[in-house]
Amino acid sequence: MAIRLVFLGKLADLAGAPQREIATATLGWADLLAGCGAELGGALASEKVRVALNGVIVADKASLKACDGDELALLPPVSGG
Amino acid sequence: MRDVRLLETGFDPAAELAGFAHAHPEAGGIASFVGQVRAGQGVTALELSHYAPLTLPGMEQLADEALSRFDLMGLQLIHRVGQMTPGDPIVSVCAAARHRRDAIAAVDFAMDHLKGDAWFWKRELRAGEWHWIEPREQDRDDLARWK
Repeated sequence: MAIRLVFLGKLADLAGAPQREIATATLGWADLLAGCGAELGGALASEKVRVALNGVIVADKASLKACDGDELALLPPVSGG
Repeated sequence: MRDVRLLETGFDPAAELAGFAHAHPEAGGIASFVGQVRAGQGVTALELSHYAPLTLPGMEQLADEALSRFDLMGLQLIHRVGQMTPGDPIVSVCAAARHRRDAIAAVDFAMDHLKGDAWFWKRELRAGEWHWIEPREQDRDDLARWK
C-alpha cells in the first residue's frame, strides 16, 4: 500500500531523491505538505508548483486525493528547453 | 508528416534536416532552428530532465497546434534530455510549407512554446557544482506573443 511521489527539477534536491514512496491508502494536498517537513513542504506550497496525478495535471491542488498505487508528480516552474 | 521525438542520446541536426527536406519535395520552403549548449561562463555541462508522462505528450500536442495554426506540409520537433556539453545540439525544429512564411512562423511558434511552456527542467554544471536554471521573464514574454 503506497503512493509514489516524483520530484522534478530542484524539488528533487530538496527532497533528497527524485522519488519517494509514502505508505498510505489516501493522500490529500494538506497531508502531503505537512508530511514533507518545513523546507520541502514550504517549497511545494508555492502556487507556482503544479501537480500531476497519474500523468494528468490537477487543476485544483486543494481538492487533490491520491490513492494507493497512484503516482503524484511535483512540478516546479519549467526552465525552458 | 509529424515527427516528434525525445532523445536520450546525441543527434545530428544537419542529417535530420536533410532527411526532412528529402521527405517533403513538394514544399517550397523549409525553415529550421537548432538550439545548442552555449559555451562560456564556466559551464562544463548542461542537464535537461523531463517527466515522461507529460513531456512527450506535451510536445505532440504542440506539434498538432502548430500544424493546425499554420499551413504546413510537415513538422519535426526533436529534443534532447540528459547530460550535454557545450556545442551539443539540444533542440531541432523543422517546418515545411508550400511558401516560406508559414514555415518560418511555425518554427518561431514551436520554439517559443518549447522554451516557455514545455515540461523540461535544466541545470548547469559550473566549477563542479550544479545550478538549477530559473524561468526567464523573456520566455514568458515570447510566449505571450502567440496568445
